[in-house]
Amino acid sequence: MAEDKQKIVQVKHLKQYFNIGKPNEVKAVDDISFDIYKGETFGLVGESGSGKSTTGRSIIRLYDPTDGQILFNGQDISKIKSHGPQMKKFRREMQMIFQDPYASLNPRMKVKDIIAEGLDVHGLTKNSEDRDKRVRELLDMVHLNPEHMTRYPYEFSGGQRQRIGIARALAVDPEFIIADEPISALDVSIQAQVVNLMQDIQKDQGLTYMFIAHDLSMVKYISDRIAVMYNGKIVELADSDEIYNHPLHSYTKSLLSAIPVPDPEIEKTRQRIDFDHKSSFHEGQKLQEVLPGHFLYCDDKKAATFK
Amino acid sequence: MDKILEVKNLHVNFATYNGTVQAIRGVNFDLSAGETLAIVGESGSGKSITVRSILQLLAKNADINKGTILYHGEDLLKKSKKEMDAIRGNKISMIFQDPMTSLDPTMTIGKQVAEPLLIHNKVSKKEALGRAEEVLRLVGIPNPKERMNDYPHQFSGGQRQRIVIAIAIVDYPEILIADEPTTALDVTVQAQIIDLLKELQQKIGTAIIFITHDLGVVAGIADRVAVMYAGKFVEYGSVDEIFYNPQHPYTWGLLDSMPTLDTNEEDHLNSIPGTPPNLLNPPKGDAFAPRNKYAMQIDLEEQPPFFKVSKTHYAATWLLHPDAPKVTPPKGIQKRFSKFKKLGDNE
Ligand SMILES: Nc1ncnc2c1ncn2[C@@H]1O[C@H](COP(=O)(O)OP(=O)(O)OP(=O)(O)O)[C@@H](O)[C@H]1O
Ligand SMILES: Nc1ncnc2c1ncn2[C@@H]1O[C@H](COP(=O)(O)OP(=O)(O)OP(=O)(O)O)[C@@H](O)[C@H]1O
Ligand SMILES: [Mg+2]
Ligand SMILES: [Mg+2]
Repeated sequence: MAEDKQKIVQVKHLKQYFNIGKPNEVKAVDDISFDIYKGETFGLVGESGSGKSTTGRSIIRLYDPTDGQILFNGQDISKIKSHGPQMKKFRREMQMIFQDPYASLNPRMKVKDIIAEGLDVHGLTKNSEDRDKRVRELLDMVHLNPEHMTRYPYEFSGGQRQRIGIARALAVDPEFIIADEPISALDVSIQAQVVNLMQDIQKDQGLTYMFIAHDLSMVKYISDRIAVMYNGKIVELADSDEIYNHPLHSYTKSLLSAIPVPDPEIEKTRQRIDFDHKSSFHEGQKLQEVLPGHFLYCDDKKAATFK
Repeated sequence: MDKILEVKNLHVNFATYNGTVQAIRGVNFDLSAGETLAIVGESGSGKSITVRSILQLLAKNADINKGTILYHGEDLLKKSKKEMDAIRGNKISMIFQDPMTSLDPTMTIGKQVAEPLLIHNKVSKKEALGRAEEVLRLVGIPNPKERMNDYPHQFSGGQRQRIVIAIAIVDYPEILIADEPTTALDVTVQAQIIDLLKELQQKIGTAIIFITHDLGVVAGIADRVAVMYAGKFVEYGSVDEIFYNPQHPYTWGLLDSMPTLDTNEEDHLNSIPGTPPNLLNPPKGDAFAPRNKYAMQIDLEEQPPFFKVSKTHYAATWLLHPDAPKVTPPKGIQKRFSKFKKLGDNE
C-alpha cells in the first residue's frame, strides 16, 4: 500500500553529530532513514535525549547534517539557497511547533505580533484590520481568548504559551508541520481539544504532521505510523496499532510497560520491564523490514526468524 | 501529622492592560512532612501561580492581595527579601515548568547544580562539584563527568528538565515544589525520576507538591490530590477518593478526557466543551457552570461552598447539597465508583 502514496519527506542515512572530535562529542542522530507520506501523521517517540528534536530540527534545516540527505517534496533541502524565493517558499510550507514554548516566543513581542509574524513575512493579509481578524480567528481556534492579543508571553500560563506556538505555526497555512511535544504542557481536556483540532485541520487541508511526544496513548491515538528512537537510532517503525499490539524491540516493550495509568490500584502494583542497553545492541544491526511495513533494528540472523 | 505548610485564603491579582486579572481567588491547603500533594486542573487555572506565591516568585505585575502562607507557623508573606533568599533553594526548592528559563544560559550545568550548596552550606568548591556530578548521574544525565562543562542549550528538552531537578534536590529540601517536572521526559525516564523523588522522600521526609497534567503520574505518586479550576480548588481528597469517588463535574470531565490505548482513531476524544471564564471579570456563581451539563439555576447565582464527602474529601459543587437532584455521571466515572465500593468492602 505504501507504493501508491506520495512521499513528502524522505530522510536518508541522516547523521547529526555535535562537538565532533571533542571529549563531549554527541552522536545525536546516528544514521537514520525513514519516509513520511503526504497526509499522514508520523509519530516519533523514544528515550529523552535520543535525537527526536534534533531530527525535527534537521528536517526544517536548522542544522546542516553531518552526513546523509533530506528530501522535501523530492527536493534536497540542503540545495535550497539560504536567501531567495525557494527558501521563502520552504519556510512557509514547513512549520515547527517548538518543544520549549517560552524560549521560542520573543518575550518583547505582543502575542498578536508573534502570531502575525509569518503573515507579515509572506504578505498574507491585506491590511491591519484583516491581520487582526486573522489573529483573532487563530486564537479562537486554539481556545485562547482573543482579548489576550495585546498581552506578552510572560502573562500566559505554560499551556497557553504552547497554544500560541500552535497558532503561529498554523497562521501561514503550511503543508507539513513538525510538532515537537505540542501538547505535553496542556491539561488532558485541552490536549483533547488541540488534538481534535489538529486532526480536523488535517482532514480539511490535507496537512501532514510529524508528531514528537512522550504521551504514548496520545501518540497512538493521533499517529498513522510510529517510529521509536533510542540513542540516536530508530529501533522500530510500524503502523501505530502494530507497534502497540506487537512490539518487537525490547526498548519498545519497556516503554509500553511504563505508561502510567490513571488508576491508583494499578499504579501501586505495576511491574515495569527494564531495558538492558548492553545486551540489545551489537555490531551488524540495522533497521530492516521484518514483517510487512514493520521495521526492526536487528541483525540478519534475527530478521531471518520472521521469515 | 505535622503540618509544615498552611496556605490560607490566598488571593493573587495581576494588573494588565485590560484590567485586573483575578488569577487566584481564595485557595486553602496544607502540607504535612513526608507527604505528596498533587495539584491538577485546567491549563491557566492557577496551579503555577499558587505555588510560585509560596516562594514569592511572581511577575512584577502580580499582587498577593490577601491570605497567609504559614511555614512552620510563620507567615512567609511577612518575611524580608533576605529571609526569603535563605529559605529558597535550601529549605523549600522549586522545579519550574519552563526548564530553559530557570537555567542560566551562560553558566555550565555543573556550576549551576553545585551553586545551591555553595550559597547555603559553605562546602568546598570541589566537594560541591563532586556532589553535583553525583546528582546529575542520579537524574540520568549520561556521561555527567564529561558533560558538566556543557551549557544548557547543548542538552535535549528532557535533559534540561533533569538538570533543573538536580538543582532542586541537590541540597535535600524540606519541601520540594515540582511544577510539571516530568512532562518533557519519556515514560521510562519519568518512572526513574519518580522513584528517585520517592526515595528522597523516604530518606529525608521531603514533602512534595507535584503539579502535573498526567493523571497516570498522579495515581502513582500522590497521597492527596487537589483539583483546580479558575483560580480555586474545586475538590480535594485522598488519591483513592479523587480517582474512585470523584464528586465535582469538572473532575469527572478531567478523568473522562484521557484517551486509553483502546481509544479508537475514528472517535473524537472526549473533552470538556467550551472555554474557561475570563478572570478579568469572574462570574458571580460557579465558574464551571457554563461548561457543566449538570449545572442548576443556583450554579449561575451563587458560588458553591465546600461540601464534606468524608473526613479527608471535600468538593465545591451544589450537586452535593441535600436538596440537589440525583444525577447520573458519565459511564467512565460510574465504573470508578464501583471500584470505590469494592475498595470499601475490602477494608
Ligand atoms: N504576569 C501575568 N500577567 C497577567 N496574567 C497572568 C500572569 N501570569 C499568569 N497569568 C494568568 O494567570 C492564570 C493562572 O496562570 P498559571 O500559570 O498559574 O496557570 P496554570 O494552572 O499553571 O496553567 P498551565 O497548566 O497551563 O501551566 C492564567 O490565566 C494566566 O494567563
Ligand atoms: N547543540 C547541541 N550541542 C551538543 N549536544 C547537543 C546539542 N543539541 C542536542 N544535543 C544532544 O543530542 C542528543 C539528542 O538531543 P535531542 O534534543 O534531539 O533529544 P530528544 O530526543 O528531543 O530528547 P527530549 O525527549 O529530552 O526532548 C542529546 O544527548 C543532547 O544532549
Ligand atoms: Mg526534544
Ligand atoms: Mg503552570
